[in-house]
Amino acid sequence: MLNELWLIPALPLAGFLALAFLGARMPRGLAGFIGVGSVGLSAALTILIGLRFLGAPPPDNSYTQVLWTWFEVGKLSPQIAFCLDPLSLVMTFIVTGVGFLIHVYSLEYMRDDPGYARFFAYMNLFVSSMLILVLADNLLLLYLGWEGVGLCSYLLIGFWYSDPANCRAASKAFIVTRVGDTAMAIGLFLLATHLGSLNIHTVMEQAQVQWAVGAPLAVAAAALLLGGAVGKSGQLPLQVWLPDAMAGPTPVSALIHAATMVTAGVYLIARTHVIFELAPSVQGLVAAVGALTLLIAGISALAQRDIKRILAYSTISQIGYMFLALGVGAWSAAIFHFFTHAFFKALLFMAAGAIIVSLHHEQDIFKMGGLRKQLPAVFWTFLAGALSLVAFPFISSGFYSKDEILMLAWYSPQGGWHLWLAGLTGAVLTSVYTFRAVFIVFFGESNGHVTSKPGSMMTVPLWILAGLATLAGLVQTPITHLLERTPLWSETAGEQTAHTGELGLQVAAIAAGLLGIYIAWSRFVVHRDSTREWTETAAGAKLCALSASGCGFDWLYDMLFVRPFITAANFCKKDFTGAIDTAIVSVNMGLNYALHASQSGRIRWYATAMAIGAAITLAIVILL
Amino acid sequence: MTASVPIEHGLALAAILFALGLIGLLVRRNIVYSLLSIEVMLNAAGLAFVVAGARWGQSDGQIMFLIIVTMAAAEVAVGLALVLRFSRLFKTLDGDAASRMRG
Repeated sequence: MLNELWLIPALPLAGFLALAFLGARMPRGLAGFIGVGSVGLSAALTILIGLRFLGAPPPDNSYTQVLWTWFEVGKLSPQIAFCLDPLSLVMTFIVTGVGFLIHVYSLEYMRDDPGYARFFAYMNLFVSSMLILVLADNLLLLYLGWEGVGLCSYLLIGFWYSDPANCRAASKAFIVTRVGDTAMAIGLFLLATHLGSLNIHTVMEQAQVQWAVGAPLAVAAAALLLGGAVGKSGQLPLQVWLPDAMAGPTPVSALIHAATMVTAGVYLIARTHVIFELAPSVQGLVAAVGALTLLIAGISALAQRDIKRILAYSTISQIGYMFLALGVGAWSAAIFHFFTHAFFKALLFMAAGAIIVSLHHEQDIFKMGGLRKQLPAVFWTFLAGALSLVAFPFISSGFYSKDEILMLAWYSPQGGWHLWLAGLTGAVLTSVYTFRAVFIVFFGESNGHVTSKPGSMMTVPLWILAGLATLAGLVQTPITHLLERTPLWSETAGEQTAHTGELGLQVAAIAAGLLGIYIAWSRFVVHRDSTREWTETAAGAKLCALSASGCGFDWLYDMLFVRPFITAANFCKKDFTGAIDTAIVSVNMGLNYALHASQSGRIRWYATAMAIGAAITLAIVILL
Repeated sequence: MTASVPIEHGLALAAILFALGLIGLLVRRNIVYSLLSIEVMLNAAGLAFVVAGARWGQSDGQIMFLIIVTMAAAEVAVGLALVLRFSRLFKTLDGDAASRMRG
């Protein structure tokens, strides 16, 4: 009954193959149709399969479709198999649904780009890889999707490859995530060696049987998996690639930040949460990483001038919240925040993209201003996304998911007041930087002039996402109940019992969000001039520079890794092995010079050489 | 069978012809003469085949000669076409003029 499951990742893959091999010779309309159609079909199929899954849940709430055995080496025989359970269903729904809307939006956004077919080919591969990642039945197939996502992010961030800065950003994203990927690969080796399988279900069951809580192997495995998750999801200390990833076209940013790629780490931890439960110290680390990241990213976002970088830092910060939730054992809350975040972050990026196109590729918020009147559709949809991002009470989806996380950060056995306080401070920061952007871009006097207005291909996805970002909070209870049916899903923090003082926490969370909006209002609307004067004082300028540089992590890594590496490379260049290499080259060059003198281009010289050669050969044959 | 020409004489003649052809090829710059010299060398080789065939009383030598003649005819056809193109392109028949393919 769910036999069409394999088609969900296969359709975008087919779209990629068609566009990659025939795209250059295709008319643009057909290329766009294939690119959008394959993901659209996939999304429709997901809804169909999801309804059937919910209507008649398979035994154990998990359906596995084995296509074929990938390879067999010793005990290890990973299969190409897809597994549908509530967790992967929610992920698939987001990846295809939001992915489809982003594709439709790209039709108009990329309309005049010469690399139209190439763009859709990469986007389709991206969606396909992500679907393989979330539907994989074993960790090796998951790793295939994981690397595919990394490859596509490289290709798409460097999509406009004629600018070297974009290529640098693409390489940076690839290399930084590679650090995490290596950790994850070692983690997979460890699991395969000690548990004898990579099938997710088997690994989880075996881990529970073989390892005690706090066993060194479990701690090592969890730490290595966390390394991979941190790299992909742009968390401390590997978050530096994500702001630079803004070099790609805006739909790519929306896809990377909302539906694919950065949420892979959250999914990985939720998927392998059994191992994290066996390693409480690492789980505590997950929460600490999340809390620290959301604070640092929030501070970094405060002084950015580029609208896309503000949103990039907000993504890092929101995924920090998801990690915080994972760290306190609130798996459902983390996935639900992912669910709402996908809608509002895609919405914010696409609205930002609409502004950027309307202002003829202007990304500096200080060159915008007063756009509320000129681009009303973009204003209202951006506002819906912004309200959701700051968890505006009751009328935004972000409120329900973030409130849940903050609550559980306090009440969970692994949580505590310090995690809650970090989350609350992050909430204030979030509203300050979000509404700073809203007030500067849409209010005040108009600076730029709108050259074109976004068409319906762009605004319709915006309105749909705005609706979803506002209303998605309503499905909190169904989604949570659905996720709880995932096999082995053990909520350590999710007991929905009434706690004393719950109302107080809720009021505090609401107050934090409103306080941030008030600060942004007073600093960037009412007292805008005094704020500007403050940034020109010595201390203010320093603080702004620190925030604008992402708290100096790029500088730190440059000092710690890049420069020593370049120095060492320069040093090694001069040693004796280098001399041997140089010698080989110069001998070959010398021989080349000697021989090319004999190539005179005169046919009679060649005839002479042949005659002499023939004579010598004859002499050898006769005389010897 | 009457007294035949001794094989040494035939081979000596073939050698002299071959040497003449080779010297002509190496010395003359005019490519028409180069082609001519190659013809002489081919015929020298053919003569050597015929002489050797006569010495052993077998027809192989004559068959080889027929093949050489056929090949020479084909070669001249191609060669003369090249000479024609050459003179059009370089406005000369000097083989050394076409030395642009040097290292």
